Amino acid sequence: MASLSARAQRRTAAMLLAPFFVLFSAVTVAPLLYAGWMSLFTTRTSGLGFGGTEEVFAGLDNYVRALSDPAFRDGFITIAAYVAIYIPVMIGGALALALLLDSALVKARAFFQLALFLPHAVPGLIAALIWVYLYTPGLSPVIGFLSAGGLDISFLSADNAVFSAANIAVWEWIGYNMVIFYAALQAVPGETLDAAKIDGAGGIRTALSIKVPMIRPAIALSVLFTVIGSVQLFTEPKVIYSASSSIGSSWTPNMYVQAAAFTHNDFGLAAAASLLIALFAAVLSFLVTRFSRSRSQA
Amino acid sequence: MTKTTTLSAPAPTAAAPDRKSRSRPTGRSPRSPRKRSSALLSKTGVTAMLGLAALYTLLPMLWLVLSSTKSRKDLFATNGFAPGKDFALFDNLSHLFQVDNGIYLRWLANTVLYAGVGALLATVFSVAAGYAFDKLAFPGKEKLFSFVLLGVMVPGTAMAIPLYLIAAKAGLVNTFWGVFVPGLVFPFGVYLARVFSAAYVPNEVLEAARMDGAGEFKAFCRIAFPMLAPAFVTIFLFQFTQIWNSFFLPLVMLSDKHLYPVNLGLYVWYSSALSQGHPQDYLLAVVGSLVSVAPLIVLFLMLQRYWKSGMTAGAVK
Repeated sequence: MASLSARAQRRTAAMLLAPFFVLFSAVTVAPLLYAGWMSLFTTRTSGLGFGGTEEVFAGLDNYVRALSDPAFRDGFITIAAYVAIYIPVMIGGALALALLLDSALVKARAFFQLALFLPHAVPGLIAALIWVYLYTPGLSPVIGFLSAGGLDISFLSADNAVFSAANIAVWEWIGYNMVIFYAALQAVPGETLDAAKIDGAGGIRTALSIKVPMIRPAIALSVLFTVIGSVQLFTEPKVIYSASSSIGSSWTPNMYVQAAAFTHNDFGLAAAASLLIALFAAVLSFLVTRFSRSRSQA
Repeated sequence: MTKTTTLSAPAPTAAAPDRKSRSRPTGRSPRSPRKRSSALLSKTGVTAMLGLAALYTLLPMLWLVLSSTKSRKDLFATNGFAPGKDFALFDNLSHLFQVDNGIYLRWLANTVLYAGVGALLATVFSVAAGYAFDKLAFPGKEKLFSFVLLGVMVPGTAMAIPLYLIAAKAGLVNTFWGVFVPGLVFPFGVYLARVFSAAYVPNEVLEAARMDGAGEFKAFCRIAFPMLAPAFVTIFLFQFTQIWNSFFLPLVMLSDKHLYPVNLGLYVWYSSALSQGHPQDYLLAVVGSLVSVAPLIVLFLMLQRYWKSGMTAGAVK
């Protein structure tokens, strides 16, 4: 009887798991393996230049080429600069807003949650389009307003593009993360907060030394997802690039990959660079997970 | 990652526990002067700060709405946060739906197929797999699950070129399937489904069904699946927006504009407005953005509860 039911469970499990894993193999495992294979070859125009090309085994050549290409490395520098602005502003801002919302001094809590969360319903491409319009001189009320105040900022210049891209992402994600932090704050036990109050801790003090440490796991997870998302930065700069080519066509690693594949038709290089990005993101998420786990256990 | 650390029950509803007790004045501590002096923590101060943040999030959307009602001349000539001289919304809309033989509607329909049907199937597969991981015993379970977690870690856009390469090999580049099939796989959905299954489907209910002689598959379809309905909605919403948002994959996969999702179509309108000097496309991209965002916002407002439960389930990981 027991073995019968065990067999029935196994059979049903196979049936329920099959669709997912068949598709997972087809659109995740197989493409990664195939890209890994392709990354070992390079296309060479054959000798006499009669238009024929041949695939030549190149070993790790494509990886070496990608890693030694300043354009690819600059992409990661761009990401580093972007993360340095984006993460503190977005996570810090989301946290501050969540604490304000939690501070018991707020009316219209539901309204603010909704208003701040709403940009997340806007697809990234459209968010980028809206903001790039708002960055465009002659169209933008923001630029008009700023220059009336004596500030002339060119949002689409190469120097300011990191800021401009980060701002789009902040707009999209600050409310989303605020809602997560706010939900985590709801789980902080009331007795702990009462005790702090009895001990004479004021609102800000309670927020910083009790509430924030208690929701650290939620913060760590948000940072993790944000970092992984940042490495993949593509849509926003792509739209900025189409408005102003000053940032260059391989401003971020993903833009580099796209240019390698479709401008230079160098698929071996594009495959190698894609896998390097995936590897980089995986290592980063591993590190952040390890770090946050050891912190939260301490 | 062991099972106990990765899987903890999500908060089943987003409803916040009422914490009135916190603001109840405690007899021992009369108002401290320090607290009152902090301007940052006054009611007005807090509301003002939140109000500023709300302006930041809402003004760009106001710009989108107002700009969609303007004529092309007004778009450039009037202030972006004020209404234009002419109310051209209906002209803009009819132009949007007529241009290029109504290609915009085609894009919307494509997007509904890619995101709607794709996410629906992806959710069915995720819930089935997540349930199996949670409730059924089979060999190699945790090893298999670590593949799922690995899938969660692989960044989506890094898959675009590998997917393009293998689709080129299979002859699926520039076809509907090249964009549709990748949307059917949602590893994070499997993870969420496992978490939700542990929280929503009591083991006793399944035991009872087994006692009554219901087959495992039947128990899943008739008993567990209805209990997982909220999880289904949550996972569907996540994958739906993810596909609706995707841009890199359709950009590399599609060249036939009749296959475009609306995202890609808007991008092409916008960039051709700039590069090929079609300023009329400038306004098209604006109005087209508004029309494609509106249903998403409605969906969002209606299904807020499901959103939050999915987001917080992720946060307790």
